[in-house]
Amino acid sequence: MNHYALWKYLLIVAVLALAGLFALPNIYGEDPALQVSYDDDRPLDEAALASVATVLQQWGIDSDAPYLSDDRILINFSSVEQQLAAAEQLRTSLGKGFVIALTLAPRTPIWLRDLGLRPMSLGLDLRGGVHFLFEVDMASAISQRLNIYQDEFDQLLRKERIRRNVRIVGDTIEVKVGNPNDLSRAEELITEADNELDIDTVERDGEQVLLVRMTPEQVRDRQNFAIQKNTVTLRNRVNELGVAEPVVQRQGADRIVVQLPGVQDPAQAERILGATATLEFRMLCENQDPYEAQRRGRAPLGCELFAERNGAPVLLKRSTIVSGDQLVDASSGFSEGSSVVFVKLNSKGASRMLETTKANLNKAMAVVFVEQKRSFVELNGEQKEVTRIEREVINIANIRGVFSSSFQISGLDVIEARDLSLLLRAGALSAPIYKVEERTIGPSLGQDNIDAGLRAIVIGFLLVVVFMVLYYRVFGLIANVALFANLILITAMLSLLQAALTLPGLAGIVLTVGIAVDANVLIFERIKEELRNGVTPQAAISAGYDKALSTIADANITTLIAATMLFIFGTGPIKGFAITLSLGILSSMFTSIIVTRALVNGIYGGRTVSQLSIGGGDLTKGLKKAGAQS
Amino acid sequence: MNKARSVAKAAALGKQINFMGQRRITTTLSIVLILVSLVSLGTRGLNFGIDFTGGVLLEAEYPQAADLGAIRADLASNDFAAAQVQNFGNVRDVLIRVLPIEGVNNGQLGEQILSILQSSEPAVALRRIEFVGPQVGEELTEQGGLAMIFALLLILAYIMFRFQWKFAVGSVTALVHDVVITLGVFSVLQISFDLSVLAAVLAVIGYSLNDTIVVFDRIRENFREIHQGNAEELMNGSVNQMLSRTVITSLTTLLVLMALLFLGGEAVNGFAIALIVGVIVGTYSSVFTASASALFLNVSPQDLLPPEKDPELDELP
Repeated sequence: MNHYALWKYLLIVAVLALAGLFALPNIYGEDPALQVSYDDDRPLDEAALASVATVLQQWGIDSDAPYLSDDRILINFSSVEQQLAAAEQLRTSLGKGFVIALTLAPRTPIWLRDLGLRPMSLGLDLRGGVHFLFEVDMASAISQRLNIYQDEFDQLLRKERIRRNVRIVGDTIEVKVGNPNDLSRAEELITEADNELDIDTVERDGEQVLLVRMTPEQVRDRQNFAIQKNTVTLRNRVNELGVAEPVVQRQGADRIVVQLPGVQDPAQAERILGATATLEFRMLCENQDPYEAQRRGRAPLGCELFAERNGAPVLLKRSTIVSGDQLVDASSGFSEGSSVVFVKLNSKGASRMLETTKANLNKAMAVVFVEQKRSFVELNGEQKEVTRIEREVINIANIRGVFSSSFQISGLDVIEARDLSLLLRAGALSAPIYKVEERTIGPSLGQDNIDAGLRAIVIGFLLVVVFMVLYYRVFGLIANVALFANLILITAMLSLLQAALTLPGLAGIVLTVGIAVDANVLIFERIKEELRNGVTPQAAISAGYDKALSTIADANITTLIAATMLFIFGTGPIKGFAITLSLGILSSMFTSIIVTRALVNGIYGGRTVSQLSIGGGDLTKGLKKAGAQS
Repeated sequence: MNKARSVAKAAALGKQINFMGQRRITTTLSIVLILVSLVSLGTRGLNFGIDFTGGVLLEAEYPQAADLGAIRADLASNDFAAAQVQNFGNVRDVLIRVLPIEGVNNGQLGEQILSILQSSEPAVALRRIEFVGPQVGEELTEQGGLAMIFALLLILAYIMFRFQWKFAVGSVTALVHDVVITLGVFSVLQISFDLSVLAAVLAVIGYSLNDTIVVFDRIRENFREIHQGNAEELMNGSVNQMLSRTVITSLTTLLVLMALLFLGGEAVNGFAIALIVGVIVGTYSSVFTASASALFLNVSPQDLLPPEKDPELDELP
């Protein structure tokens, strides 16, 4: 009775040894480190690793050997001074295309690292940093697409010399033609351009009008595209910021989460992430009076009214030479004492620029700074947030020579030049985004949270351990071993899953410590009860474990249901709590039923026992009485 | 043998506290507590944190004790008259809360407030800024409610499957009792109700059930094995048998929660308080409320008899 087969012991030892191994990386702490990555998210390979190692060696920088982790290179240093000096050196030696970020890296020994084992990853509330939740402006994603359709239809009809009026009304493009006979041809052209669009013909004021709409599928595709494109753009921008271990993830239908560990200036990060700035190039409308146009509130045909930075009105051609999406690279710098942006165009843009500059030598060209801004307006008594596109002429200059793909632009201040070049490099957002949530945790708070959380766990753990020994004696000791094994198991699982440990997660672990002993309390109380009922110690152990089992299962399953609901409906830190609580429940079932049974069997099993050290005085009176009666 | 065990077990139920007999008093107490909670929730409501209301929260650390009056005056002169300013944890930490302001994109408010603080005390250090848009807050309230409803329904279904509907009603009554009183404490004391408190309340659901089910499990066992006495006696005996377990588990859980409350830092205070209240009320309800409600529905040992096979059916070809 109460004998466990050898394989069960071996299994338990194997599980605990494995858990110990997985949990091991957590005890080493962290070093100041540098993270090297490419600015366009390409994975780094062995070759890049070798070149980084060479640079380190060349300059005699004192560091640990660099290594690859998640397609990025990490270099550990023993002091912050060395880290900072090396960062400077690497930035100049590796040059463009690399991003070097200051970070902390685990001080895990190489053999553990080679096994792919890592410590638990800490949530932002435990290590400091910025968390943003952005919402993508879907309405404007759709209206942008409608604008493109409008331009496209207008051009198609113009080519066929059809007199037309194409305009956008709400979510519909209305196409009117001058001659009713052209209507069917117009419809044909539009269908040829995109055969999925919904086209209706309606009669309005005796005129036939084509109503063109995007199908629900097209709308959905467009929205998906907008969100995916924006996620990529945000990722590029985050890379440009040089942050270690950033998270950029889609969340739900129209949101994107951005987490930047270690970043302490949310304002700067947000300015870069949410910015929509780009450039446009247009020719000046010559021989027209902009002041006259401003006064009349109407621009002459083919022209559009703009303002310069100083507020002066300017008339520019309606058609753009090159727009922001044709810019492929940009960098900021100084030329003749003022800050400039060096711009590079793609081939299409370059050939347009070449044609235009050739044809318009000594005429004036303007650079327009385009920015989307959000503001609140009152609409039908309701506050509504609207997107407004602001265009500002930053520079007008005569074309003095022919140029195509590369040139420079002045007229911006230093920060604008730097931000703009960063934005042009990272790509434009396909639809504006706005912030719906921000959480910035300072590094001191993160550290305080960890310290306090750990202190609570340790003290809580000790209180329970002392109580259990006092109340249950040897059995209490056994339960404590199980409790300790449980903590190691949770740590191992969290390290393995690499799910971020948050403050509520820590609280979940604390709670688990309290609940984990419950299973043992149930078993031990049952054993005591059986003893009081006059059962032999061996039979009491066996019955105690058997009968408590279904109770433990029922009780834990209901708690798991609650935890699962938390996981499904919760976000961020709540999910973290749900994860640690669920893991804690599962592992506590293993440790408090199987591990303690193994220990109890090892101590009491297979021999005659007259008394169990389980507290509560001499419980075998019942047994003696029963013996006397029989 | 079976008969003898049944008798022995029945004898073991002999000396005990008559919990069920007190149910008139305890039910009255529970109803009073629930009414007070409901009235408070209806009139004062919960002191929702910005997770739910939306708005901006900023925690800053001053090099010396912070002058809350001066900070309020500084903020008021910069159009933040409605800002709530309070100490957080100690006299140097200040927590500032601003509800969403109509017509202002409050995405930048946090930084604005920080610069106002820094203009009168340059050494002030930012501990955290949280900004939650109003729509996020609304969704969160909705999701929190949904999580609670789904958790309740699933648990109800599970207990009906494992026990019987009268027990399911009994346990859910105890559950609602615990949740309402826990929320009531937060309402009466106006403790800030944030996301982590919501998580704690959901954990209370799990804990309260855990406690109740353990008692029900024993009632089921006794109903099936002891063929003496009425439902009330058997239930009372079961509660008594489980009493030491109920008390010890609550005690160990309370021990760690106290550690969390006093050592875990200000950020987990609400979480710890919710669980402490929930554990105390949950322990009380698993002893008094759950069984009393099942008894109110006339639960009887017949409700839990295992479905017996008809021997004649087995012999049919």
